Amino acid sequence: MSTSGLRLVWVYPDLLSTYGDQGNVLVVERRAHQRGLRVERLDVRSDQPLPTSGDIYLIGGGEDRPQRLAAERLLRDGGLTRAVQNGAIVFSVCAGYQIIGHEFINDLGHRQQGLGLLDVVSERGPGQRCVGDVLADIDPQLGLPQLTGFENHQGITRIGPQARPFAQVRLGNGNGTGDGTEGAWMGTVFGTYMHGPVLARNPQIADLLLKLTLDVNALPPVDDRWYEALRAERIAAATAPA
Amino acid sequence: MADSTQPLSPRAKFAVTAGKAAAAVSRAAGRGSGSVIGGKVALKLDPELLSRLAGHLDVVLVSATNGKTTTTRLIAEALRAGGPVVSNALGANMPAGITSALSGGAEARYGVIEVDEKYLTTVANDVHPKIVALLNLSRDQLDRAAETRMLAERWREGLQDSKAIVVANADDPLVVWAASSSANVVWVAAGQEWKDDAWSCPACGGVMHRPDDTNWACGECGFGRPAPTWVLSNGQVIDPHGSAWPIRLQLPGRANQANATTATAVAATFGVHPQVALQRMESVTAVAGRYDVVSYQGRDIRLLLAKNPAGWLETFSLIDPPPAPVLLSVNARSADGTDTSWLWDVDYTRLAGHPIAVIGDRRLDLAVRLEVAGVDFRVFDTLDQAIPQLPPGRIEAIANYTAFQDLRRVVGN
Repeated sequence: MSTSGLRLVWVYPDLLSTYGDQGNVLVVERRAHQRGLRVERLDVRSDQPLPTSGDIYLIGGGEDRPQRLAAERLLRDGGLTRAVQNGAIVFSVCAGYQIIGHEFINDLGHRQQGLGLLDVVSERGPGQRCVGDVLADIDPQLGLPQLTGFENHQGITRIGPQARPFAQVRLGNGNGTGDGTEGAWMGTVFGTYMHGPVLARNPQIADLLLKLTLDVNALPPVDDRWYEALRAERIAAATAPA
Repeated sequence: MADSTQPLSPRAKFAVTAGKAAAAVSRAAGRGSGSVIGGKVALKLDPELLSRLAGHLDVVLVSATNGKTTTTRLIAEALRAGGPVVSNALGANMPAGITSALSGGAEARYGVIEVDEKYLTTVANDVHPKIVALLNLSRDQLDRAAETRMLAERWREGLQDSKAIVVANADDPLVVWAASSSANVVWVAAGQEWKDDAWSCPACGGVMHRPDDTNWACGECGFGRPAPTWVLSNGQVIDPHGSAWPIRLQLPGRANQANATTATAVAATFGVHPQVALQRMESVTAVAGRYDVVSYQGRDIRLLLAKNPAGWLETFSLIDPPPAPVLLSVNARSADGTDTSWLWDVDYTRLAGHPIAVIGDRRLDLAVRLEVAGVDFRVFDTLDQAIPQLPPGRIEAIANYTAFQDLRRVVGN
């Protein structure tokens, strides 16, 4: 982290901010402020160069055409790849998750090259969209409580040998591969299908991103009363018999 | 002008009667107005009923993400200057509800019909509208609706062969993209506060440039704001001759001035003078409960409906300033969309300084949202618990769709 504070980059809100993705940015910003960190938030549109010196890059979901355009522009820009080489943290959701993998199927039905920052390959599922609440156990290596989120996608994402599943679903679809995996991670790069937005429903993930940035094992506690109440309610709702 | 006064066929008459009977049964069973079930029964018996019912009418279709019920009402009021109007005034805006509403319109001259965004093309093919009024398009219920740009694309395809005059908002790039396939468009500068669904050019995908508050153009292909012939400016409608007509609505807010401007432009195509049209609109005080001020537990409560980020934004700009107490209620039932992520697209810092009470099925989602926004709030299980805890003053109650219906039920509206 630079001396000027935490540099939080929101990647392409003009294309990848379809359903509350700003929430992930707001939660990280808020929780950093609560720990006394200064935050420099950079919202970078797709006609602007992506800074390579950011600490945390957040990438949201998007509709099919914006997803294609975002991947083209990110690949041409090259900034995100350099940032990851510099040790930056990337947290991506849905379309953003597919874009940072090796390839995905675009709105024209063609295979499109992604950034290859995460060892995953995505395709489009043949059936109905996966829509609804999800409950999953996060990879124990990350030491996080259960994942709660909302999924709304038609993707199938297969994880290659260099990445690990971010979570194993108890309820819901996740990666859509039938093996119960949800999302993927590899070093400091994370991807998930969870909306919600996911960091509002899982503030411990936001804290993990901050801990990785600061290279610390713990952060001062903050008042998580409302987050905890929401989590308890959503987990109960997901597990309640229909 | 009405084309024909041909009476309905026996089959169509039977379908109308059967539909009304089904609606009566539904009402008796306490399942709402019955207009949808009635329409469904009637359409099953005569699939071409909608087009038959509309045959003698001059039809106006109104579609948008926000403001369609209110604008439909304003247009209906204005056109009553020229003759009887039939309208789906309660907002049942899919083919069955529209069929049911029109079945009461044998004597009408005008049909003013609100249409769900997804059904615009289908309904237009059936009713051959004289006018199609398009107000705005923005993200709404993405867990079950089509993508916003896809809706614009469908409108665009549906309108290209239509003979209707399209009255469209020049300030919404998605609406402009949809309407510009039509040969006959009347552009209305009605404004659009929400801009976050149109940063990407609907034509080519380039990034939209907004040099000031009014103008927009794609940096790549040049697709941009058309020159409007009707303009909303400082609470006045400027007509195509440059004359200004003051808007004196009882309905609050900039968004309703925009709705009135579009309604004035629509009425003018039928020969209703702007002054007459606007005067008639002044009589509208509430639309399906929206904007109604009710008295409950000794308090005045103004009921405001906001279903999506663009709607919340417009609502924040019309409420009384702090310290007016605010009550927020959000549900996520199927009619609302079951994903609450959209709350994070709403800028709740705009409520700073208001005492805020939070209720509704999804009050905890809203609580986290407000906590992160850094505004003070209190959470209650019910309206009755919340009201006595709010400081004096008229309560501005803002709710999404089913939460709004719940509020109306509790306060007896």
